[in-house]
Amino acid sequence: MNKLMVFGAGIVIFFAIAAILAPVVTPYDPGKIDIDNILTAPSREHILGTDSLGRDLFSRMLYGARVSLLVGLIAVGISAIIGVSLGAIAGYYGGFADVLIMRFVDIMLCFPTFFLILAVIALLEPSIVNIMIIIGATSWMGVARLIRAEILSLKERDFIYAEHAIGAGDFRIITRHLIPNAMAPVLVSITLGVAAAILVESSLSFLGIGVQPPMPSWGNILSEGKSVMGAAWWMMLFPGTAIFITVLGYNLLGEGIREKLLKS
Amino acid sequence: MIKYILRRLIGLVPLLLGISIITFAVIHLAPGKPTDLEAQFNPKVSLEARERLNHIYGLDKPLHIQYIDWLKRLSRFDFGISFTDSRPVIAKIAERIPITLGINLASIILILLIGIPIGVSSAVKEKSFYDRSMTVFVFAGFAIPTFWLSLILMDIVGVRWGLLPVSGIKSLDFDKFTSVEKIIDIVRHLALPVFVSAFGGLAGISRYMRSNMVHVLKQDYIRTARAKGLSERDIVYKHALKNALLPVVTILGLSIPGLIGGSVIFESIFSIPGMGRLFYESVMSRDYPVIMGVLVIGAGLTLLGNLLADISYAAVDPRIKLEN
Repeated sequence: MNKLMVFGAGIVIFFAIAAILAPVVTPYDPGKIDIDNILTAPSREHILGTDSLGRDLFSRMLYGARVSLLVGLIAVGISAIIGVSLGAIAGYYGGFADVLIMRFVDIMLCFPTFFLILAVIALLEPSIVNIMIIIGATSWMGVARLIRAEILSLKERDFIYAEHAIGAGDFRIITRHLIPNAMAPVLVSITLGVAAAILVESSLSFLGIGVQPPMPSWGNILSEGKSVMGAAWWMMLFPGTAIFITVLGYNLLGEGIREKLLKS
Repeated sequence: MIKYILRRLIGLVPLLLGISIITFAVIHLAPGKPTDLEAQFNPKVSLEARERLNHIYGLDKPLHIQYIDWLKRLSRFDFGISFTDSRPVIAKIAERIPITLGINLASIILILLIGIPIGVSSAVKEKSFYDRSMTVFVFAGFAIPTFWLSLILMDIVGVRWGLLPVSGIKSLDFDKFTSVEKIIDIVRHLALPVFVSAFGGLAGISRYMRSNMVHVLKQDYIRTARAKGLSERDIVYKHALKNALLPVVTILGLSIPGLIGGSVIFESIFSIPGMGRLFYESVMSRDYPVIMGVLVIGAGLTLLGNLLADISYAAVDPRIKLEN
């Protein structure tokens, strides 16, 4: 364990626990409107202040953490499933499948990803499920390339020849032997992917086409914070810092894992 | 060299076709028709009128015919007419491209100017406190949400301190300025957007530079240079740096789509009339021809950037041409 990894993992675990414990820790219902306490500054009653509907910001932040982290993790899960399957097929079978899949990867990499996401999200409904799917569907290319490269070298190794010799099928070889052995570099890419997905979700929500209110996400709290920026600094400061620190945590964790892998 | 360039140009054809297919699919497989918006807000639009609209836009034809028609027009750089103001799409995009490319170019230069020294010095002092702090610093830039940083800078630098203008690319009385004042005016307007965009991109280049440099410094020829008694300065800047810099060209090409994509955010925040804002507005008003045009041109620019990067790489590193 190096310092980067410990630092990153600490942040990641902290926010994960905060998100899981949200219902236990939060003093208020995140959706409870209190018109007597609109935009109050952080105080003993509302430690992070309240928003323009008098809702407790601390509670909304914690429930927002659930939404933001969930979107990040599931989006990356989707991208890992697509990337690993396509990369494994390309690497293992080679030939026409390989050419076809890798050309597809090249083409997808040409698009400014955020443009593609924006177009699809706006044409479909901006729901939380659509956001996860679209982020996943536009971010699997790196994973596919990594898996393919790993499998290209792994499939020439003796233990794979041994599998062929005892009559193991392609599916078994790919899923039981090749993919597990090729996952190490993918792990780095997945960790960094969570950070990227959280940023994309918050950007979309900020632009108003991401997670839709009243469901809180860090991005849409910020979007509201922008309109009351002069009057309520806490609406900008806390959600922005939360996104920043979480994304930093996942990035440092990923970088830490990368360094560890390079050493071994 | 010419053979290499030709081979690369031919390789672009399938990619361009793929780009057009994906763009077309994204727009046409999504539910709803481009004419819905025109019809939706106007209850008087009858079924016949709707069908007539569909006919005008060719939407009553089978999908593959529509695609081929569109592709034929694309090959003549005819991207159609915008739904919102009936201007040719290509003209709308053409007036926005220089702004977005200009900002991105400025931010790439800034990234290189700051990122390369950070990468090199971190590699030389590998695993030191300095190296660790720089890692955290560049990752901080990467992790800060662009829109958040933009708003904070706008508020502090622009509104509270009144140092820089916070929206648009030129002042209202721009036309009365002398040419020197005009340049200063544009620089002042673009300072914040360029800074925001560069801060986010710093991590990529500096980390890449660092790992290249760490790798190069362990090579045999560096040991040889040390053995013959060269100063550490000469070793780092004359021998190692040149070799570590080469691959950066490629990573620059790869970072283009991210930069162009990121322009949506800061162009909307700083009200900069660039491609990103055009795209956002078109998406919001479902201006399909513009959406498709920007997607194709954005991807085309990336292709072009990668091609230029590869060609310049091949020009400085003869090993590349000989491969394949």
